[in-house]
Amino acid sequence: MAALTPISRKPLSLVLPTVAAFGGFFGTFVGASNGSALFGILIGAALIASLAAFYILVLKNEQLSRWLNIALMGVLGLVLGGIPGLVLGALFGWFFGWLIFWMYEGRYRQHIHPYLTSGQVLWHYTFRVICGAIFVFLITPILVVLPLSFNAEDFFTFTPEMLRFDPGGYSLKHYRDFFTSNEWQRSFKNSLIIAPIATVISVSLGTLAAIGLSQSHVPAKRAIMAILISPMIVPLIISATGMFFFYSSVGNFLEGTLGMDKTFVGYIKVILAHAVLGVPFVIITVTATLVGFDRSLTRAAANMGANPVTTFFRVQMPLILPGVISGGLFAFITSFDEVVVVLFVGSASQKTLPWQMFTGLREQISPTILAVATILVIISIGLLTAIELLRRRSERLRGLSPS
Amino acid sequence: MSEETQTGPVLAADGRPLKQSLARSLRNQKLRALALIAPLLIFVLFSFIWPIGVMLFRSVENGEVAETLPNTVAALNDWDSTAGDLPPEAVYQAFTEDMVVAIAAKNHTKIGTRLNYEKTGMSSMFRRSGRTMKKWDPETDGPFKEKLIDVHDGWGDIETWKTIQTHSVKYTNGYFLNAVDMQRTPEGAQAQPEEKRILVKLFGRTMWMSMIIMGSCILLGYPVAYILANLPARKANLLMILVLLPFWTSLLVRTSAWKVMLQQQGVINDVLVWIGLVADDARLIMINNQFGTIVAMTHILLPFMILPMYSVMQTIPETYVRASKSLGATNWTTFWRVYFPQSVPGIGAGSILVFILSIGYYITPEIVGGTKGVFISNRIAYHISSSLNWGLAAALGAILLAAVLILYWAYDKIVGIDNVKLG
Repeated sequence: MAALTPISRKPLSLVLPTVAAFGGFFGTFVGASNGSALFGILIGAALIASLAAFYILVLKNEQLSRWLNIALMGVLGLVLGGIPGLVLGALFGWFFGWLIFWMYEGRYRQHIHPYLTSGQVLWHYTFRVICGAIFVFLITPILVVLPLSFNAEDFFTFTPEMLRFDPGGYSLKHYRDFFTSNEWQRSFKNSLIIAPIATVISVSLGTLAAIGLSQSHVPAKRAIMAILISPMIVPLIISATGMFFFYSSVGNFLEGTLGMDKTFVGYIKVILAHAVLGVPFVIITVTATLVGFDRSLTRAAANMGANPVTTFFRVQMPLILPGVISGGLFAFITSFDEVVVVLFVGSASQKTLPWQMFTGLREQISPTILAVATILVIISIGLLTAIELLRRRSERLRGLSPS
Repeated sequence: MSEETQTGPVLAADGRPLKQSLARSLRNQKLRALALIAPLLIFVLFSFIWPIGVMLFRSVENGEVAETLPNTVAALNDWDSTAGDLPPEAVYQAFTEDMVVAIAAKNHTKIGTRLNYEKTGMSSMFRRSGRTMKKWDPETDGPFKEKLIDVHDGWGDIETWKTIQTHSVKYTNGYFLNAVDMQRTPEGAQAQPEEKRILVKLFGRTMWMSMIIMGSCILLGYPVAYILANLPARKANLLMILVLLPFWTSLLVRTSAWKVMLQQQGVINDVLVWIGLVADDARLIMINNQFGTIVAMTHILLPFMILPMYSVMQTIPETYVRASKSLGATNWTTFWRVYFPQSVPGIGAGSILVFILSIGYYITPEIVGGTKGVFISNRIAYHISSSLNWGLAAALGAILLAAVLILYWAYDKIVGIDNVKLG
């Protein structure tokens, strides 16, 4: 956003108390960890205010002041808290350097409407800080897992070596454990067997049904839609309970009457159960894509002599493909991430990755789980990117400008 | 069509009346659409709706006693349980006949297990008696009354026979009564003894904690949805990643992350100790209790609140807010009287979604909830996999399902199921 408001320097009587308040706030914690919180507030406020006065009145050079501030606070942190203190101190140094000049030069007014009162400006930034805190809440748990998975010890916590950034505190042993342990590899392989097959079933049936549902004359459309969406609405524990009763009798029939192999039947049961759970996602995304599909295209194709199958594969399918793929990704992640149903329906030979993680979390806590978690986070980042690219492509195809 | 002079019905190109021809083509269209839907519909009906039906049936089905002990049940029909006397010899005779058949088919332990749900000790009684009774011959070894009481005192207890008589019906409301902390007795439905009443409390806790989770999701989700909807698109998309990444991350990853964060030697406690807010010997207990469940589930369900709110707030025109301000309203009035009422549908949609998801949650409460922070679904899983009281699990599931269907119906009324959006 371009600058909305001309900015001017603010008087020191505004700048100094504000930065002192911030200094006092953060000083509380430094003080508390070194003995006295009250002392920390006073020292923090005084230190930041005098630094600000020094930079503004004596140094008069923003670049230099900011680098000096980073260096000063870093050294202070090193004295108080060792290597982690150095990093934190430097970060705070950067923050306060920025804050002092942001306030002094009046830059906080730059991007907001000129007619706002001081109170409104204050609320504007307070609101941003609140939102920032919520975003931190959303993302921190996921980020915390990543460094911990490189822990050299068998703990779920940061060791002193890790905080000192000692290379000895980090290792790849949990990843090695994941890639060499039979149990983890078997469950990973099971997940890679079950999820893709279940996805193929739900995508192929779901796409056909979505095309049927999008036609204009479908009797009992709402009832059919409700039935097809129900696996998403019914809580998993109830679906799992129902499937537990149902598939135990199906399994007995397949094994006893048809004489099929027990492991094979186990896979069939889990795959069918997961396929039905993925159906609603395919239906929802494909129907949404079909809303923007121009029907005259199929009529034009028919007009030029294409039979319905050709029309479907050469005209309709390429256009709705983004929706189909993103529905498929939803179905895949549903199956890949599913625990409750596989826990109830499957037997030990169908143990999937989430099942293995679930038992790991419940019984023996091994940081290998965190290594797996990191791998899964990377997979989900990949999926998220894929969905986003598909969404843009679909909007482009439909003639909208991607946002 | 003013030149039209023909008086008969309008004809199509092939000579049929147009009306008939149109009706036929409409019918064909309907059939084609149905043919496309049919495979999936059959698949879902067969592998989802039918299993749910099986579960509902399980919650009332009660064939074990009547099938395994048919003669006993018939003989017990003539016995008046309220009179205070033990059943006559005929009942013991019939019981021995049934048991000898059941022992040969190894069914007597099953019925022992079934009756054990109603009266503790029945399982071992049946197993112990079975070992002796398999040598008996119902034709010659009678009378059985004294012999049975010799084998196990329980057969001389009038309560044993009352239990068998009460639970001999083919379809029972017993499991549902158990699910709401009552029991089926010869005198009708009665409350369970005090120490066995846990399920109603658990239902209450599930509802109450889901409400808290929903409330905290609204509190945290509203500002985020607001800022996402009001920032320029490029910045909003960037911030959206921070919402979507948790949404796409595996549930177990997020749950294990919360275990890492909340435990006593965990990240939050470490940070609090480091900055001196908490003493090292007084670390906060934030896991294996209700607090842990609420925090972790708020985090897990927050994207489900933000996304519907965001899509509603995106449609609120900014001009309304400006108009209200230029008419002299204060910030608060503008928000409360103009912006907020228009965002209410988003709050409603998100709340119902979060509430439905939350009352059926199993994995997260199981891992971070300890004993105080678990939900009714954990009880269902316990009855399925540990106590094997499947009838009670089915009844609990049926009650939960009814609650969810009511909410789902409300959701449909407020939002419409066609308007469910993902991502």
